Amino acid sequence: MSEREIAYSEVNDDIVRSLVVTGRNYYITLAVSILVTFACFFGPWFYQIQYGIGAAGMNHPTVWGTYLASFIFWIGLSHSGTLLSAVLHLTNSEWRKAMYRSAEAMTLFSVMVAATMVMVHVGRPWFVHWAVPYPNQMEMWPNFRSPLMFDVMAITTYMTGSIIFIYMGTIPDFAAVRDRTTGWRHHMYVLLSLGWRGTDTEWHRLHWAYTFLAVLIVPLAVSVHSIVSWDFALSIVPALHQTIFAPYFVVGAIYSGTAGIVTVMFVLRKYMKFEHLITKLHFDNLGKLLLVMSLLWTYINAVELFTGWYSESSEEYEALGFRLFGFYGPLYWEMILFCAVAPLLLISKRFRTSFVPMLILSIAINIGMYTERFLIVATSLPRQYLPDAWGMYYPSLVEILIMIGSFGMFTTLFLIFVKIFPSVSLYEVKETLPEPQPKLRTQSESGAS
Amino acid sequence: MSFMDTLRTRWQEYRKPGYYDEFDYAWTMTIDLDRCTGCGACVTACQAENNIPLVGETELARGREMQWIRIERYWEGEYPNVKLNFIPMLCQHCDAAPCETVCPVSATYHNQDGLNAQVYNRCIGTRSCAVYCPYEVRYFNYYDHEWPSPLDQQLNPDVSVREKGVMEKCTFCIQRIRQAKDTAKDDGRRRVLDGEVQPACVQTCATEAMVFGDRNDPQSQVSQSMNDPRAYHVLEEVNTAPSVVYLKKVEANV
Repeated sequence: MSEREIAYSEVNDDIVRSLVVTGRNYYITLAVSILVTFACFFGPWFYQIQYGIGAAGMNHPTVWGTYLASFIFWIGLSHSGTLLSAVLHLTNSEWRKAMYRSAEAMTLFSVMVAATMVMVHVGRPWFVHWAVPYPNQMEMWPNFRSPLMFDVMAITTYMTGSIIFIYMGTIPDFAAVRDRTTGWRHHMYVLLSLGWRGTDTEWHRLHWAYTFLAVLIVPLAVSVHSIVSWDFALSIVPALHQTIFAPYFVVGAIYSGTAGIVTVMFVLRKYMKFEHLITKLHFDNLGKLLLVMSLLWTYINAVELFTGWYSESSEEYEALGFRLFGFYGPLYWEMILFCAVAPLLLISKRFRTSFVPMLILSIAINIGMYTERFLIVATSLPRQYLPDAWGMYYPSLVEILIMIGSFGMFTTLFLIFVKIFPSVSLYEVKETLPEPQPKLRTQSESGAS
Repeated sequence: MSFMDTLRTRWQEYRKPGYYDEFDYAWTMTIDLDRCTGCGACVTACQAENNIPLVGETELARGREMQWIRIERYWEGEYPNVKLNFIPMLCQHCDAAPCETVCPVSATYHNQDGLNAQVYNRCIGTRSCAVYCPYEVRYFNYYDHEWPSPLDQQLNPDVSVREKGVMEKCTFCIQRIRQAKDTAKDDGRRRVLDGEVQPACVQTCATEAMVFGDRNDPQSQVSQSMNDPRAYHVLEEVNTAPSVVYLKKVEANV
């Protein structure tokens, strides 16, 4: 599994070190990302709440903007983590074990950021709880026919499922860290490990529950992004009203999520010094997955264009023409370059196993995927049925700041996570290692003879 | 009958065409494009009646004008032989309205008069109804509008002033419909008489291009006018079953 042999204790040492020993760089990064979060996210958002959605660039035909694009992007990014981890767990893929914890954390934090983006998006965020079905004095229920309401349900379910999944998988590690830390950390891990002792019964139950959750999570994850796509596909907007949208979004989500995992893996490997845990093997396998997803994504994109062309309706033609050759046309071709053409490099094994090119490609893919989400909103809504109501949409400064700030928020959450959660699963990495020869036993054996 | 059967029957009843016609009224408007001169009086009347804010120059340039009814202009032909067509566009009060299904909080719904109603206080501002509307007649309050004194004196007390972050649109002057119904009840009549209620735009139209009334009453002026062979719905192909009927312009070969 790795280039060199690693011992059980070394795994523990490495990971406890990543939790306890904190360098200056970490604090600087954390400070910067907190600053970015407040300056670029909460500041502009506060202004927008005071002023109204008018602070963003949305206008009459294009009432949705980058907030929704960011929302889909973050939901998409959240997709691979838990889904991939669950699928790989069910298929007994050994290589998953060193990377799934951070992938799941990525899921969790991107879902959180996505949920915040919804709050930013709506006109009156202080009433957003009305979209949740709860008994109330008004005797009002949400509209159960609405895809947006399905969205609220799906995302909260997915978030809850992901939290339980990641937490349950970490309990034995919390216990391991508990036994090696002192002070306030020790007290925290005592609480978090829920009195884990590592008995056979406990391991048995953990595995059973973990597999159960994995089976539960897979259809959930697929449904979440299908439902997000229905926000668009259930409308009758030309170029959005397509049956391909649900698989399109699911594939896009897994695609961008896998690229996100590659980025996060690179950063963890580099800055947490996990070189011997996260290896070329992981990048190779993730690269293969990325290649498959990119081909699927390209195919669905081609189908989308084809059905638009085949419909032979003037409004579909107009919307597709505007997307391909309109004001945002260059962005469309950039997306094709980043998400359909560049990933073909992954055919070469040498490319898949070199770290820096993989990092660059993964970032390029996510830029392309963000563009895709932006184009879905910004090129469909300005060209609808009535030409008199056609318009144009440009993101405003507030929107761009909030978009940057959402990355800051994600980074902040992730940085806090790596200091509390063991970001590589201790016990599962050990399962992949050769069993150590206990020195004590050999001594006693030699003593007896 | 099992529960699922009950559910299916109810659903079929609900989905069957003309479901809303069985209620008391089915408010309908016809707009005769042959008579429309595109003067814009209806736009102004609507603005005054419904407390619609004037957004100002900069916001207008950003495409945030508020006009519950707008005059769409379509040019035809090249310069010497140019022709301008008008079509007033307002909420079509569709019987199968896409905007109603998408609102997560049911802020927009169909009432028993066949009106597509909007509850401002319930709206959370997802703006999805405006995306789903193929007629683009829903307008969003991007910020709090102001009526500097003495303009606030002209606000219509029967219509609420909307705050930032809510969607609004044509209501067929629901406040007038309510008023007419109350009057009818006070007079001991069961029904509102034909022509007793008119939205501001219909009342203002100088050429009487617009007719408003109840299509459940076959004698009403609007029912007569709907039977005109020129009658059509805008975007009939999207199957929204609109309550606004347009009468096609007669082509005159000059």
